[in-house]
Amino acid sequence: MNAPPEEEAVTARHRLDLLRTMTLIRRFEETCAELYSAGRIRGFLHLYVGEEAVATGVLSTLGPEDTVVTTYREHGHALARGVPTEALLAEMFGRVTGCSRGRGGSMHLFDRETNFLGGNAVVAGAIPLAVGVALAEKMRGRSTVTACFFGEGALAEGAFHESANLAALWRLPVLFCCENNRYAMGTRLTKEHAQTDLALRASCYGIRSTSVDGMDVLAVQEAAARAVDEIRAGVGPHFLELRTYRYRAHSMYDADRYRDKAEIAHWKERDPIEALATDLTESGDLDDAGRAQLESEVAAELEEAVERAEQAPVEPVGDLLRHVRTEGAP
Amino acid sequence: MTATATETTYREALREGLRDALRSDDRVFLMGEDVGDYGGCFGVSLGLLEEFGPERVRDTPLSELGFVGAGIGAALAGMRPVVEVMTVNFSLLALDQIVNNAATLLHMSGGQFSVPIVIRMTTGGGRQLAAQHSHSLEGWYAHVPGLRIVTPATLEDARGMLAPALADPDPVLLFEHGLLYNTKGTLPSTPVAVDLDRAAVRRPGTDVSLVTYGGMLPRTLDAADRLDEAGISAEVVDLRTLRPLDDDTVTGSVRRTHRAVVVDEGWRSGGLSAEVAARIGELAFYDLDAPVARVCTAEVPLPYAHQLEEAALPSAERIVAAAREAVGRRHG
Repeated sequence: MNAPPEEEAVTARHRLDLLRTMTLIRRFEETCAELYSAGRIRGFLHLYVGEEAVATGVLSTLGPEDTVVTTYREHGHALARGVPTEALLAEMFGRVTGCSRGRGGSMHLFDRETNFLGGNAVVAGAIPLAVGVALAEKMRGRSTVTACFFGEGALAEGAFHESANLAALWRLPVLFCCENNRYAMGTRLTKEHAQTDLALRASCYGIRSTSVDGMDVLAVQEAAARAVDEIRAGVGPHFLELRTYRYRAHSMYDADRYRDKAEIAHWKERDPIEALATDLTESGDLDDAGRAQLESEVAAELEEAVERAEQAPVEPVGDLLRHVRTEGAP
Repeated sequence: MTATATETTYREALREGLRDALRSDDRVFLMGEDVGDYGGCFGVSLGLLEEFGPERVRDTPLSELGFVGAGIGAALAGMRPVVEVMTVNFSLLALDQIVNNAATLLHMSGGQFSVPIVIRMTTGGGRQLAAQHSHSLEGWYAHVPGLRIVTPATLEDARGMLAPALADPDPVLLFEHGLLYNTKGTLPSTPVAVDLDRAAVRRPGTDVSLVTYGGMLPRTLDAADRLDEAGISAEVVDLRTLRPLDDDTVTGSVRRTHRAVVVDEGWRSGGLSAEVAARIGELAFYDLDAPVARVCTAEVPLPYAHQLEEAALPSAERIVAAAREAVGRRHG
């Protein structure tokens, strides 16, 4: 889980792990789309297809003691963080074995084991939480990092700006990860923001800020590793703008009328998974058979997880009122 | 050793509660606008910065959404933050964090992540501060599952409610009424344990139950005195906790008196008084000898001018009139 030393080349093994994680996220999302279209899972569903390099690259630099706070487009973060695939799918199916016992669904994935703090469906609503986790950690003298993911739409919310100010003011160990996929639902970047240089805006708070090619997992990892090292050293927060693109519509309800097909095709040419696979092939670390094996292993994992998740029990309706207040509290 | 009584105020009692909490648990810290150098906008935390330092008595910028959310995050990470918001009116800037996060995270996470935070704020009118500093919105918060709402009305509760609120693993909103800060009285030198699940009968009586909370308690007790002079024995129930409501104490009182007047500084429409009256109707209908009456704030944003504001707020006179109406001509 730890960042590879900067001076060393990223090993083939590690790059293959990144490829596996990104592939798992892509196939997981495609599986969710199929399940949703078949009416087997419900609710709102926001897919991460195209953005895999962001979660995979950033989260490869965190340790188990660190915390992840994220948004409603968070399947990729949960998978990259190591939340079990079956628990995630069971959540989609609304099963009691789901990572949130079926109380949250796709937008509210939580997992205490991996310090995965959700899963927040109000844009920018989780950013103050990340500031608070980082404050608590700093007050206790721990050198952990709290990574907080949000889209570029969140930069129009006051919650982002209040949080950025607090984190900078108190030099808190927050890694702000702005996934700039260029659209806040259906509103393009240039209609959202007067100043579209997002890293520049974060830097106004005195926060170290970096813009990264979010379609290049190694570039994401390198930038995140550097930021995480600095944060652990106590310099305060860091803002990463990760320039990426979602291939699919905002949600399964979205007819995607606001984007040009040529634009989507253009971004697909820079696919992060294919780019890394090509890189590995050219360096002699992956061949067609290896790629096919990886795909079949991921497919088998998902197939088994779907089957087990769907067959898992639902929570009895008699338990409806549980978990509103802590059970057994004084 | 005998416990001695000390002369004190509601403000000082709150401060003692904070001091006890900060002394007894390293996880506790106080955060909010002007809680440190200034001493708290109403002077509650005066001197605590000097005693506990700027890490644990933490001044914040004017970012209610940000620092209330940060308090929730710190609670998620195992601290026991006490977050002060100057007034309930300003807490609306943090409403998303309180309602969408603090109240929901335990449930949405299937019981994995509790939010042990206490959010303190001033509420209420009566100080000629006009509509953006005077409203009583605690009843709104009492609508939300996942929150506990407490409203200390006495010195004892001002001193003693914080400890059980911090012991609660889930979010607690504590409303301090602005008119009560200067209330004087005596307190035992050792804090009295407070049960947050129970309402309290502040004055026993037999003819009518006056059910109230927070800043309306003193004028309700005043009304009870006046009723007593007229030969009407009023029982005064202090709800203390608005969520969850202690139905047993309220209905127990109504079963003794057979009449109820609910006194709430909130507005009447869709307010807490409606909830209390409905519960009395649901649980004690056949014990009632008269319709449940309500005395609430007039349905107007609170005005600045003294006579208008006083006319809007529940007064002892209006409480007396409502109680007389409920009791009927029998007591003339």
